[in-house]
Amino acid sequence: MNVRSTLSSALMLSALIAVSVLPAAAQEFGAGAMDRGTRIPYQGGEAIFKGVCQGCHMPDAKGIVGAGAYPALAHNPRLETAGYAIAVVVNGQKAMPALGSMMTDQQIADVVNYIRSNFNNSYKDKVAPADVKSARP
Amino acid sequence: MGKQRNQPVSRRSLLTMIGTVAGSTAMYNAMTQLGLAQESGYAGAPRLGATRPGTSVLILGAGIAGMVAALELRDAGYQVQLLEYNDRPGGRNWTLYGGDTYTELGSAPQHIQFSEGQYFNPGPWRIPYHHYGILHYANRLKVPLEPMNLLNFNAYLHHTDAFDGKPRRYREVQADFHGHVAELLSKCTRQNALDQAVSREDREMLLEALRGWGALDADYRYVKGAISSERRGPLLDGGGGLAPRPVCSEPDPLEPLLRAKLWRTIGWGQDYEYQTPLFQAKGGMGQIGKAFGAALGNLIHYNAKVIDIRQDAASVTASYVDSRKGGAPRTMRADWCVCTIPASILSQIPMNVSGKMRAAIDQLPYTANLKTGLQFRRRFWEQDDRIYGGVSYTNQPNAMIIYPMSDYFSEGRGILVGAYVRGETALAGSARTPDERIEHALAYGAKIHPQYRQEFECGASVAWHRVPWALGCSAQWSEEGRQTHYDNLCALDGRIILAGEHVSRLGTWQEGAVTSATDAIIRLHQRVMSA
Repeated sequence: MNVRSTLSSALMLSALIAVSVLPAAAQEFGAGAMDRGTRIPYQGGEAIFKGVCQGCHMPDAKGIVGAGAYPALAHNPRLETAGYAIAVVVNGQKAMPALGSMMTDQQIADVVNYIRSNFNNSYKDKVAPADVKSARP
Repeated sequence: MGKQRNQPVSRRSLLTMIGTVAGSTAMYNAMTQLGLAQESGYAGAPRLGATRPGTSVLILGAGIAGMVAALELRDAGYQVQLLEYNDRPGGRNWTLYGGDTYTELGSAPQHIQFSEGQYFNPGPWRIPYHHYGILHYANRLKVPLEPMNLLNFNAYLHHTDAFDGKPRRYREVQADFHGHVAELLSKCTRQNALDQAVSREDREMLLEALRGWGALDADYRYVKGAISSERRGPLLDGGGGLAPRPVCSEPDPLEPLLRAKLWRTIGWGQDYEYQTPLFQAKGGMGQIGKAFGAALGNLIHYNAKVIDIRQDAASVTASYVDSRKGGAPRTMRADWCVCTIPASILSQIPMNVSGKMRAAIDQLPYTANLKTGLQFRRRFWEQDDRIYGGVSYTNQPNAMIIYPMSDYFSEGRGILVGAYVRGETALAGSARTPDERIEHALAYGAKIHPQYRQEFECGASVAWHRVPWALGCSAQWSEEGRQTHYDNLCALDGRIILAGEHVSRLGTWQEGAVTSATDAIIRLHQRVMSA
């Protein structure tokens, strides 16, 4: 511990009586009180797809329908524009959560490349981490 | 976290943790001034008075918001009809019992095997005492409530990097953390480091307070002894007659508590929304939804999947199909519409509202929260670990173990919530099958309760992104989103008004749904009466 009497008196007192800086989300929910990372731990396009994306888009990437729907990624002409796929992953859209803050540029590039070259998609152009970087808000 | 292990604790993090742990009252006062921790703002059930005869309202969704709106509008003389996707009332107010079947998107059906009297709340499970709105309706509908001891001093705090992965009791962590911090602060005080902030006279008072608060000895030390054991619990309790003498317990050092951030969790139960007493519906939270449903009877049309919402100058028409079989669309028409369909789904339903409201609906992401319920043959957490209700916390991916908070000391079975997770952990969990999630909850839980494998009987798991009629747990507003879109989401748009937890500042909570519906129908009624 580096904490000795070097701490200024005002700071110490304010610590005792002061305002906490808990993030608002923790207060709304409470389940995340233990310190867990906020990053998606998987590396590589396939691992990220299987670890996260398939939960909603399904393991065959064909999507699924309930009261609303999760769209198919398989054979999806919208994926022709790589920037579209990057933007949706980074910013979210409708039922899709924004994953930009949970994934590195490399992770997002990897999973976009994986989806665009699998599941009956065969787009040849690859995205690079720099493309993701420039798409971030 | 690992990378922080050998770094000294920064001043900022010390301040943060002290603020969290020590400053709960002050924190609450400050937050109230900032408007962050207000009471629900529920001013009682709306007194609408009588409406114009014959005025009709179509309500989409028979969750808490929709049914609050329906009950109050009906009582005011409106002709009310509800369309509901499920075959039951309640929406996310929902309890699973033995005999139920639940089918997630893309998973095999879960045939729930829980025993008679056992239940699992996938969604809401607790009601703070200051959520006056949902409490009002539980009382009005005569749903029995019982107190929850959410904060249990004998529950476990567990971190894989602290104390060789052995759990500590909440009371031990709290006492040790308070004790060490009080000792440090008293040292500063006695070295006159606080002279600018504390007068000479107040200094003695502060020292006395620190000694009491931290369970310090006469020399302001937090050490093994009767005083600290009185707070953290002894190694061996005293007993009658010739029973052995009580044995004091050894406090843990500060460093592992700090590094594993176990202090964060002891602050959690101090937050306004989790301060005891909280309440639960006897027999499962879903009892509230059921009671609403019974009160509304055949006003609710079940198994109706809304596919289109259209308004014109005189009315609103919803098109819907059978949610189980599909088939030809049918329509229902009314003068006005209260739409409580979650934005995750409403964003996919054509509806002619303003571009601003549409943008507000489309931008709202939903959380992926996930819960797994586990039924055990016996209540070993009570019989072996002496944990009666409350929550244990872990840094493992199951995050929480929630003990049943009723039927204490009963001899038969019991259900734990073996995992309650959010964020990226919930996203990852959602990508697994329910069986895999149950196995995960068992594997991680067994590190804290080794009895798990021996006593486990059956389980159920709900990942909210895969719930067909919700596509997410609750709206995840950002600060920017609120500023740009919140008022637009709340606006009465022609003849349509939205309600639900997503249209509230008490997001996720049932109270958000109640207060949102209350506000919406008051404004709708004013519009009707002023026309």
